[in-house]
Amino acid sequence: MNQTVFRAVGLTLALLISGLILAKEPLIFADDQQEARYNDLTVELRCLVCQNQNLADSDAPLAQDLRKEIYDMLQQGRTDDEIKTFLIDRYGDFVLYRPPMQGNTLALWLMPAVLLLLGGVVLVIIVRKRSRLLAEQEKEKS
Amino acid sequence: MISRLLPVILFVLLGVLLAAGLKIADHKTEIPSPLIGKSVPEFSLPLLGQDDVLITQNDLLGKPYLLNVWASWCVTCRVEHPYIDELARSGKVRVIGLNYRDETTDALGWLQRFGNPYELNIADLSGRTAIDFGVYAAPESFLVDAKGTIVFKQIGAVTPEVIENEILPRLQEMGK
Repeated sequence: MNQTVFRAVGLTLALLISGLILAKEPLIFADDQQEARYNDLTVELRCLVCQNQNLADSDAPLAQDLRKEIYDMLQQGRTDDEIKTFLIDRYGDFVLYRPPMQGNTLALWLMPAVLLLLGGVVLVIIVRKRSRLLAEQEKEKS
Repeated sequence: MISRLLPVILFVLLGVLLAAGLKIADHKTEIPSPLIGKSVPEFSLPLLGQDDVLITQNDLLGKPYLLNVWASWCVTCRVEHPYIDELARSGKVRVIGLNYRDETTDALGWLQRFGNPYELNIADLSGRTAIDFGVYAAPESFLVDAKGTIVFKQIGAVTPEVIENEILPRLQEMGK
């Protein structure tokens, strides 16, 4: 009995680990820096098929193709910007998870700052009102 | 009074904003192509089933054409197939197939079974040329003018509405 459980656990673990090993395409990089750039790029670029996943996470055939393109371009010594431009030229700004700051995205970029400012103004108004009320109550007491 | 109404007003404004967002999100899966108005990307690919005949983008110049990206594994391609067939038969535009990430025997079998509306079929078995076209799903269709400029891209099935409202008017525009 004990041995059966032992074997089952061992087999489960072995299967889990084999899955992890097979999950990544075996890629050989020139150095650690290149591998880091590959990982950064595939995390930052969107998979076009399953649009809420990045290229690193997606198993869609197109994501595999695009990862291979990125890998090949890295081997050719292209810069990160060149690789991003390659994808933007084909798929548009949508491939970038971080949209560029330009005319049609200005609202998107400025909105957080505007909201923060608005919140600050409301806060100041409320605090002033309260302190005025408090001051009046103090006066009434005395 | 106003301070009582303010939350209600803010709530309504937020509702309007979210409703507008939902409306936009309806079309969100269609990514506008940056290739509209640009030349067809360079390629050199064999004809489907004839590996020794290479076709380049220059071979297609001279008359407008609809480049239809399809595959035998693509379900929606079967939905649009009768409309593509009808468009090709009407003689209003040449229809060129780009067989995308497919197996040659599967693709040829598909054509035999459902009919072949294509003037010629280019085989992009690796999908590399499709990346240059910005293809991210099948079916996709590109309307290209006689000089090789992409004027319109349909993502998803070509329906009678798309032919009527998008493709035919642009062809007429080119004819002038």
